[in-house]
Amino acid sequence: MDKESKRSIDIAVQKVLKKAEEENIKTVWDRFEEQLPQCGFSQLGLCCTVCNMGPCRIDPFGEGAQTGICGADSDTIAARNLARKVAAGASAHSDHGRDVAHTLFLLAEGKAHDYQILDKNKLKELAKELEINLDLPEEKIVKEVAWRILMEFGKQQDQLIFIKRAPEKRQNLWKKLGISPRGVDREIVETLHTTNMGVDNDYKNLIKSALKCSLSDGWGGSMIATDLQDIILGSPQPIRGKVNLGVLKEDFVNIVVHGHEPILSEMAVKAAKDPELVKLAKEKGAQGINLAGICCTANEVLMRHGIPVAGNFLHQELAIITGAVEVMMVDVQCIMPALKDVASCFHTKLITTNPKARFPGVEHIEFEPQKAYEVAKKIIRLGVENFSYRNKDRVNIPKQQMDLVAGFTKEIVFRILGGRYRATYRPLNEAIISGRLRGIAGIVGCNNPKQTHDYFHTTLAKELIKNDILVLQTGCSAIASAKEGLLIPEAAKEYAGKGLQEICEAVGIPAVLHLGSCVDNSRILTAASEIIAEGGLGEDISDLPAAGAAPEWMSEKAITIGFYFVASGVYTVFGASPFAVLGSKNVSSYLTKELEELVGARFDFCDDPFKMAKLMIEHIDKKRELLKLKPLMYQ
Amino acid sequence: MKRLYYRIDKCLGCRSCEIACAVAHAGEETLFCAIKQKVLPRKKVYFFEGKNFPLSCLHCKEHPCVDACMAGALVYDKEKGLVIHNEERCVGCWICVMVCPYGAIRPDINRKIPVRCDKCKNKDEPACVKACPTTAILWQEEDFLLEVKK
Repeated sequence: MDKESKRSIDIAVQKVLKKAEEENIKTVWDRFEEQLPQCGFSQLGLCCTVCNMGPCRIDPFGEGAQTGICGADSDTIAARNLARKVAAGASAHSDHGRDVAHTLFLLAEGKAHDYQILDKNKLKELAKELEINLDLPEEKIVKEVAWRILMEFGKQQDQLIFIKRAPEKRQNLWKKLGISPRGVDREIVETLHTTNMGVDNDYKNLIKSALKCSLSDGWGGSMIATDLQDIILGSPQPIRGKVNLGVLKEDFVNIVVHGHEPILSEMAVKAAKDPELVKLAKEKGAQGINLAGICCTANEVLMRHGIPVAGNFLHQELAIITGAVEVMMVDVQCIMPALKDVASCFHTKLITTNPKARFPGVEHIEFEPQKAYEVAKKIIRLGVENFSYRNKDRVNIPKQQMDLVAGFTKEIVFRILGGRYRATYRPLNEAIISGRLRGIAGIVGCNNPKQTHDYFHTTLAKELIKNDILVLQTGCSAIASAKEGLLIPEAAKEYAGKGLQEICEAVGIPAVLHLGSCVDNSRILTAASEIIAEGGLGEDISDLPAAGAAPEWMSEKAITIGFYFVASGVYTVFGASPFAVLGSKNVSSYLTKELEELVGARFDFCDDPFKMAKLMIEHIDKKRELLKLKPLMYQ
Repeated sequence: MKRLYYRIDKCLGCRSCEIACAVAHAGEETLFCAIKQKVLPRKKVYFFEGKNFPLSCLHCKEHPCVDACMAGALVYDKEKGLVIHNEERCVGCWICVMVCPYGAIRPDINRKIPVRCDKCKNKDEPACVKACPTTAILWQEEDFLLEVKK
C-alpha cells in the first residue's frame, strides 16, 4: 500500500496529496508524523498543568511519583483534564447558539435587514413552547422568543427550557442526580471552577459536573443553534447535492466557505448569485461563481440550498492545494492554523470574518449581522477579482465527485414516514417493533490523521446498515459517507440489509440520513424523544435499541457530544484514540462500566470499525430483548 | 564502566530526556538558556511501529565514526569507553553522521558540527537519567545486562 492510500481511502485526497508532495507543501499528515512520538503522559491523561507548582506527571508504571505536588492522584488529574475539555466543547457549540440568538434579536429590532423569518411554523411552535401569547404581532413574538432564548445562557436557577423536550423519565433522573442544567453559561463556568487547583478532588463528582455541563450544550446551546437557524434560515428539506473536491470547477471563480456558523455563509450563497458579481466574473474570463463548502458550514448550506461540499475536516488544505480556490472564507471552529501557510503557496486569499477567530497577517473582513449582505458581497468580490491571479498551470482538480441527498430533520423524517397528512413517527416505531428494522445508530464526529481518513466512518456505516440499522449522521462523518455514495437512496439496495432496504424503497429515503452539522446532533436527541413519545419502545431514551459512535473524532466538541449522548441514555463508542483517561483505572472503569448504573448508558473505546459495529449491534440486540420486541424479520 | 540502557516498554515519548539533555549542555544549564542558545539535544526519541525508541550515541567498541573522521576530531578512549569529540578540530563534514549504523549522531545545523551523547562527562550520571519520569533510562555497569539476562 502506498503512503497516500494509508492516509485516506478517498481517491481525490490521494491525488491531491501526491500533488502536495511534488510541490513540497506540508499537510496535516506530514505534521502528524513530525509529532511522533506523541507524549504518553498526555495520552493517558496523567499530565497536570492546572497550577504553577506543576506541571506534574504521574508514573503509570507505579515506580515514580503517584501524586502531583498538591497531592492529586491519577484519578483526580485525569477526571479534571477531561471535565475541562467537556467545558471547552460546550462553550464552542453554545457560543455559536448565542450568536444565532443575537441575530434573531437584531432581526426583531429591525437591525438585521438582510434576514427574515423563513420558518414561521417553527417560530410559532417555539413561541408556544415558551408560552408566549401567539396573538401578539409577529415582530413582538420574534423579539420575545429571541429575548427568552438569550436569557437561557445567563439563567441561574431552575432548568433550561428545552429540558422539557426529553422523556419525562429522563428529566426525573436528571433531577434526581442533580445534573439538570440550570443555565448554559453557569454550567460551563461551574465545571471550570471545580477543576481549579484544590476544588473538586472526587473523580465521580467531576464526571457528574461534566455530564451536567454537556447537557447544557446538547439540550441547550446546540439545540438553540439548530432551532433558531431553522427559524431564520429556513428548515432543511430533502435536497440533492454533490460532494468531494471534484465540485471545484476549473473555469469558475471558486469560493470556499469553511467553519461552522451559517449566518454569514447564508449571505455568501445569495451574493454568489448577485448579477453584478456574476457579470464581473465573466469579464474576468470565468464562466461564473462557484460556491462550495468544507466542514459544518458546508453542511449548513448544503442542507438548506444544496450547495456542493468540497469535503470534510481533512480536506481543508487540499481544497487550496488544487490551485483553483480564489477565496477561502472562514468563521469559527476547526479551521487549521496551517491554512495560512498553504494559502501563501497559491493565489488563494484566506479571509477571516469572525472577531473571535483571527490569524496574524491574514485579511480580516468582520461580519456584522446588521450589514450581512454587504460583507458577503465584499468577500465574494475579492474572490472574483482574484481570479485573474490564478496560475492555470498549477491547477489540478481531481475529478471525483458523488451525488447525495441531505436535508433530513426530525420534522421531515416524520413527515416522510407518515405522509403529509398524518405526520407521525408510528411507522418508524412499528418497523422497529416488528423487527423489520433492528434499531437506530448515530455516527458523528470529525476526521483524525491518526487513522486512515474516512475508512472508519464509512466501514462502520456500511456494517450497520447491512445489519438493518438505520444510520443518522452529522458533521464530517456525514460528508465521509456522502463521498462513499451512501447518501443516495439507490445505495440502500447495494449495502443495506433486507428489512432496511424495504423501508428505504417504500418511502424513498437513503439508508444513511444526513441530519446536518455538529450542532444538529441536537436533532438526534429530539428525534429520540419523539420516538419515545410515540410509544411502544420504552419510556426513556436508554430503553431504545439505539447506539452512537464517533469513530474518527479529534475535537473537544466531540467529547462534549459524547457526554450529552451518554447523559441522555445513548450507549456511545469512540474510535481514534480513547479519551485521555486510561492512566486512571478508576476513571476509565467509571466511564465504560459504572456510568450505566447512573444514567443508563456508558462509553466504549474501540479502534476497529468492525468490532465497533459488533459492539453497537450487541447493545441494540440487548435493548430489543429487554423491550421483548419481536425477533428480527430477516436474519 | 557505566552505560545508558533504555527500557523501551516504559518510554512514554514525553521527550523529557531530550529537554534535560539540552539543558545540561547549555551555558547556564537552565531551560531558558538552552532555548536562547538553541542547544540541540544530543539524544532523540524515535517512533516506530507503535513503540518509542530513545536513541543516543552507544560509544561502540567498534566505531566506524572514529575510523571515518578525516580531521582526527574523534578519538576512542578505551578506559572510559567513550568516543570523544574534539569540537575544535571538527570540520563539520557530517561523515560520522553518515556512517553511524544507528543514526545516533545529530547534525547541529546552527553550529555546523555534529553533536553526540557525551554521557554528561563532568557529572555523576547523565542528565537524562534523572529526567525520566518513568525510570525508563538506566545508568548501569556493562555487566548489568548480562545479569538481567540470567
